[in-house]
Amino acid sequence: METTASAVQNSQKNLWGGGMEPMKVSYGKLMMWFFLLSDAFTFSALLVSYGLVRYSHAAFTGDPDTFVFSVQYWPIPEKVFDGIPFLHGVHVPLVFVGIMTFVLILSSVTMVLAVEAGHRMDRKGVEKWMLWTILGGIIFLSCQAWEWTHFIVGTGTPTIADAFINGTWVEGFEVLGANLTINQYGPPDFADFFFFITGFHGFHVFSGILINCLVFYNVGLGTYELRGHYEMVEKVGLYWHFVDLVWVFVFTFFYLV
Amino acid sequence: MATADIHIAEDIHHGDHHDQQQSFVTKYIFSQDHKTIAKQFLITGIFWALMGGLMSLVFRLQLGFPEATLEWLRPIFGGWITESGKLDPEFYLAMVTMHGTIMIFFVLTAGLSGTFSNFLIPLQIGARDMASGFMNMLSYWFFFLSSVVMFISLFIETGPASGGWVIYPPLSALPQAMSGSGLGMTMWLIAMVFFIVSTMLGGINYITTIINLRTRGMSFTRLPLTIWAFLLTATLALLSFPVLVAAVLLLIFDRSFGTSFYLSDIYIGGEALPNSGGSPILFQHLFWFLGHPEVYIVILPALGITSEIISTNSRKPIFGYMAMIGSLIAITLLSFVVWAHHMFVTGMNPFLGSVFVLLTFIIAVPSAVKVFNYLTTLWRGNIIFTPAMLFSIGLVSFFITGGVTGLFLGNAALDIQLHDTYFVVAHFHIVMGSAAFFGMVAGVYHWFPKMFGRMMDARLGYIHFWMSFVGIYSVFFPMHYIGIAGFPRRYYSFTNFDAFNSYTDLNALITIAAFITMAAQFIFLFNFFYSIFRGRKAPQNPWRSNTLEWTAPINPEHGNWPGEIPTVYRWPYDYSKPGAKEDFIPQNIPFSETSESNLPNETESIKLEGFDKKDAIVVDDTEE
Repeated sequence: METTASAVQNSQKNLWGGGMEPMKVSYGKLMMWFFLLSDAFTFSALLVSYGLVRYSHAAFTGDPDTFVFSVQYWPIPEKVFDGIPFLHGVHVPLVFVGIMTFVLILSSVTMVLAVEAGHRMDRKGVEKWMLWTILGGIIFLSCQAWEWTHFIVGTGTPTIADAFINGTWVEGFEVLGANLTINQYGPPDFADFFFFITGFHGFHVFSGILINCLVFYNVGLGTYELRGHYEMVEKVGLYWHFVDLVWVFVFTFFYLV
Repeated sequence: MATADIHIAEDIHHGDHHDQQQSFVTKYIFSQDHKTIAKQFLITGIFWALMGGLMSLVFRLQLGFPEATLEWLRPIFGGWITESGKLDPEFYLAMVTMHGTIMIFFVLTAGLSGTFSNFLIPLQIGARDMASGFMNMLSYWFFFLSSVVMFISLFIETGPASGGWVIYPPLSALPQAMSGSGLGMTMWLIAMVFFIVSTMLGGINYITTIINLRTRGMSFTRLPLTIWAFLLTATLALLSFPVLVAAVLLLIFDRSFGTSFYLSDIYIGGEALPNSGGSPILFQHLFWFLGHPEVYIVILPALGITSEIISTNSRKPIFGYMAMIGSLIAITLLSFVVWAHHMFVTGMNPFLGSVFVLLTFIIAVPSAVKVFNYLTTLWRGNIIFTPAMLFSIGLVSFFITGGVTGLFLGNAALDIQLHDTYFVVAHFHIVMGSAAFFGMVAGVYHWFPKMFGRMMDARLGYIHFWMSFVGIYSVFFPMHYIGIAGFPRRYYSFTNFDAFNSYTDLNALITIAAFITMAAQFIFLFNFFYSIFRGRKAPQNPWRSNTLEWTAPINPEHGNWPGEIPTVYRWPYDYSKPGAKEDFIPQNIPFSETSESNLPNETESIKLEGFDKKDAIVVDDTEE
């Protein structure tokens, strides 16, 4: 007893002296942290690029009530993302994306509960909360699929723009919806960045769901119970929280600002 | 607590497991042993170095002897030799591009960092292997995959990527811009994505291993400078390569899916393209946010290797150990805030330019600290001129010469004249290319006995050194003059411009020197491969060095040390300590055994050594 106590004391004094894990974190968790750090740089690069391109375009300067879509200036996001399923023609700005965001943040809460259940070695609890997390992720992705479809198909009056179709320029072309070269909402880069960044984030959510399913399967098999700890759940938890955090930034820069 | 215990248990299991006989595939091909992976990186790196070097000879032939007929190269290059027996101009650009890409990424990043980080980190910090052997294996095989894609791109009909290694759009973004921007560019981008995956897998592993798996007593202030350099290199890679991922993905979309991230208002053949609103300058910012740290990813490991070799072969402690660490950290931090000095002529705001000039010049301070520390370590040392030592001193020489020309280029006003001329080519080939290459070769000579259990031939090493050293200076020193005269890099022909005709002789000289330098590398290749099989058997510690790798068996198995991992009691630079019996005291010798040479505070710390041992036993017991 006595010697154990002194060993612990000594190890606290000399954490970085070698022969132990100085941050009391296993290598796997450290690796996840470093991966997330690098991924944060990827997203930062994309968001900085978005900001740079956006502010090299003209902004709409008139009264917001008189706003109409035009390729001449960057659109006001509220005017673009104002749809909601089954209610055609109703103008409810940012409500649907707000619901999406809420679901994703809720799935972070259930992930925390899964990790907490793991600490208590409560296998049933981990199973339950992992399942809720997976469900949250799937709901988020489904919402995004609707949002994309809505964005691509387009609604309302078409925007008039010069378009490059089958190798020739067509003047006064009526544009409805969006693709990667032209869209009804604003300059091409508006849709380009929307597709790329929300798509890149969505791909992260998709990978997260796959990994969560894998972990859920292993929890069900009892792999982690046998191993004596649920650290794997913590690791995917870190990833899941990161993906949520990134969404908060994407949400801010694409929908709010 | 629980996770820590289990990890130690795994470690023991690890050691036992690998005593068993392994099949050829798991031992030499899909190996998880860091030493084998290091050798795989080294051999692949040498292959690419040979490719990149030979490419440079091809375009040097064109530059040095524009009148000569290259008909004799037709069996190799086929249609790339024109009817009149000249090198095709587009193929010339492809060679320049691939030379740059291969040398910077495949040789001096993967070949240098991949080899020595993998080989030395576990051996020098006292670990059985990397934190994750599996990820380490993946790291090599992603690099291999990337190599295969890049290699195939050399043989496609439209030729490999040709827009320069910096692949600036719109040239690289529009397949109709030049033949190399077609399939070749696509393959370049795919290869780079695999390459980045490989670098990230490796880098995360290196950092985690250094933090978590140091042996008892190996604190951060007892780490060899090699390990410090590898740690900071991996950190640089971890934070800068993701930005290249973003840049490359956006470029792929511009190329293949019609987006306008980098493209705006472009006319090709009088026809307007639909793209609008993008910014090619954006790509340059993203690229150089990686690109500048990348040059330190290339040079830092070489500096770390040099620190170790110079100290060992001067038989003196490294001068200013803490200052060396401090300057490495300073270079790492500063390297993230100077990228725009590559872009002074892009129409940048002059005030912003002056900020980047200032930040760039600040890097000269830690760099000079390192140079002076090397010189003061050599000063009055008992220098032993092994081939590794010669190459290390050569590195210091290159670092000084190239560093001085860096001050010219870092100045926004002078850069207007010098930008994109041969002065730039001369500068970075000396300070980054040749210096890092010398670091890599020095590392190979120094750690060859540990890698293969045999010695390389020293006499061939001397010939290799002197031919390379004189050769490299003869190649790159004259280029400064051509650059100051204003001749732009990447141009196919000098003789098209009257102003530059007077440099024809100088260019011929450079080309001849390049051939001699390349010939010297074949001496090295012979020495390397001959010594693997027929070299003199290496002793346990051939350079009488202090670091832990020399306490391992001559041919370490997977797991590195057959018994317990040695404990570390002192820093790695106790060379020629006054009063000591020998002129070196390895890191695993406790102070209690060296009472004749201990300083007062070291005698004091003997008491702690005992505690360490007792704790060790306690921890093990509680686990049983």
